[in-house]
Amino acid sequence: MYAVLAWRNIWRNPRRTIVILLAVIIGVWSMIFLGALMRGMETEMVRNSISTLTGSIQIHHKGYRNDPVVENSMEDTDKLDKALNTTLGQGALWAKRVRVNAIASNARHSGGVTLVGIEPEKEAYISFVGKAMISGRYLTSEDKNKIVVGRAFLKKFNTKIGNKLILMSQDTQKEIVSRAFRIVGIFSAESESVEKQFVFVPLSQAMGMLKMRKSISEVSILLPELDISGKEEALAAKRLTAAIADDTYRVETWQQLLPMMKAYLEMSGFFLYIWYFVVFVAMGFGIVNTTLMAIFERMREFGLMKALGMRPFQIIKGVVTETFFLLVLGILTGNILGFLSVAAIAKNGIDLSVLAAGVEMWGIPRKLYPEIWVQDIAVAGLVVLILGLLVSLYPAFKAARFTPIQAMRKY
Amino acid sequence: MAIVKAKNIKKTYVQGKVKVDALRGVDLMVDKAEFVALAGPSGSGKTTLLNIIGGLDLPDSGSVIVANNEFAKMNQADLASLRLHKIGFVFQAFNLIPVLSAIENVEYVMLLQGVPKTERHDRATAILDDVGLEGKYDRRPAELSGGQQQRVAVARAIVSGPAIVLADEPTANLDSKTGEGLVLMMEKMNKEKNVTFIFSTHDSMVMEYARRLVTIKDGLIVNDETR
Repeated sequence: MYAVLAWRNIWRNPRRTIVILLAVIIGVWSMIFLGALMRGMETEMVRNSISTLTGSIQIHHKGYRNDPVVENSMEDTDKLDKALNTTLGQGALWAKRVRVNAIASNARHSGGVTLVGIEPEKEAYISFVGKAMISGRYLTSEDKNKIVVGRAFLKKFNTKIGNKLILMSQDTQKEIVSRAFRIVGIFSAESESVEKQFVFVPLSQAMGMLKMRKSISEVSILLPELDISGKEEALAAKRLTAAIADDTYRVETWQQLLPMMKAYLEMSGFFLYIWYFVVFVAMGFGIVNTTLMAIFERMREFGLMKALGMRPFQIIKGVVTETFFLLVLGILTGNILGFLSVAAIAKNGIDLSVLAAGVEMWGIPRKLYPEIWVQDIAVAGLVVLILGLLVSLYPAFKAARFTPIQAMRKY
Repeated sequence: MAIVKAKNIKKTYVQGKVKVDALRGVDLMVDKAEFVALAGPSGSGKTTLLNIIGGLDLPDSGSVIVANNEFAKMNQADLASLRLHKIGFVFQAFNLIPVLSAIENVEYVMLLQGVPKTERHDRATAILDDVGLEGKYDRRPAELSGGQQQRVAVARAIVSGPAIVLADEPTANLDSKTGEGLVLMMEKMNKEKNVTFIFSTHDSMVMEYARRLVTIKDGLIVNDETR
């Protein structure tokens, strides 16, 4: 009967109940919807970053990341192959690369680029480049002196497919070497800076130009599932480190390779929960105000109940039960609306291309697809429910404090 | 055997800067199954005395014993428990919880007492039949007349077999015919179920039905006659 009484009490003044319900619903909806957009953006940012040559895990010579020169290459690729084949599970993919800084020049321009020697067939499954060709063709392993460049690079160098491009770098003998490559394809990327920065040639061509024999700069590994928490990647990296058993090699996850991204994700999660709290504070005032109004309207009734023998804690229980129903109803409706809103934009996403130039340095995608995380739904619901019940204790204690005579005389 | 023993009860209220002596040394003994009316003009101290006997208010001095429970030795929780189990109340107005039906209002006290659901329902139905509200179990207070609402209040007051029922001007908001009907019903409950009633009134018709009439004036009992 306590539940029946509480339920009927909240509908005594339907207009007031609906107003506070709307506040809870809109608050919960905003938590879920904006949370889903934020999570979707985070996931896309990580996917873009991983896809932009990072991968889930990378293996380098221990000095390579501080000084990415040919001297800091990995020579024992047989050991690496063995470790990769025995350690990684089904679905994991990897590709070897040579990656060095170089100068690109043509008749009109010259500028710094990152020369990436790739295994074209394997790379197509690991990073964006295989799927990003917008003109011309992708590379094959057999290509000799062929290169693919980004759309923005093409514009900057005022060149086109079929033209030659001279790449100059330092080889393993510390001699300056240069080679002419013919442009066969143009790729596009989420970020213009990536299009300007990277030029791709077959691995054998890069190794030949730089006299690297069997040496490579890095191995990039893509695990079958993206774990944004990074736990799966950390486990796989640990197994690989043990299998390689060579302290001149470093195995690092994307979280270690992209510390800015890791920090951003942590900060973003923290801001999401601050947002939840801010929404709740606004909602909390409404809850306290509405409950107080309802309490003062019914003060005589509380006096009657106490006269009949109801204990103060039973009055508190009654008021808190009413708030509980109100909150549960608001949370459920807010959740349903949140899911529906997310479903409505899930297919086509939100187009951010207008902002793309401004946000690309963070790897923010041009199209934003919302993503609902169960933990966010749970936190939003619990924040509203627990804090809502806590703030309702104030009016509840106020109702319980009056003696029957005070309540019946005063109100 | 005395159900109520009130000795030398004094109570003073402070209203702003004015002190009002509501009770100035009242002695009252009420035995089981008595049907007592407290009569007197407005402000004479009837309601204050009923509130003190009911444990809703505490006297400034004097002692009150109800059903062998001495109030001076009890805290608020004990008094609440005493009210729940031993005392029934009928107020002048605003007696019922508006969102509960007649039967739910009657069951409510038993719910607080922890009576099982089936028993609560059976006892509430029987007592509503006794007070003449057959078939009106599911009506909310707003759907009942003033007299019917007071009958529900009496049913709620006596349903759990209290030692005493205190009624503060139960007929004040009723027309004379309905008021008489209510008093007759209370008298019937008193006779048939041996329920002890103490009710305050300043209605001469209601006083006619009392078997004991206690008259209060200016905070003192000025007449106590048994008929």
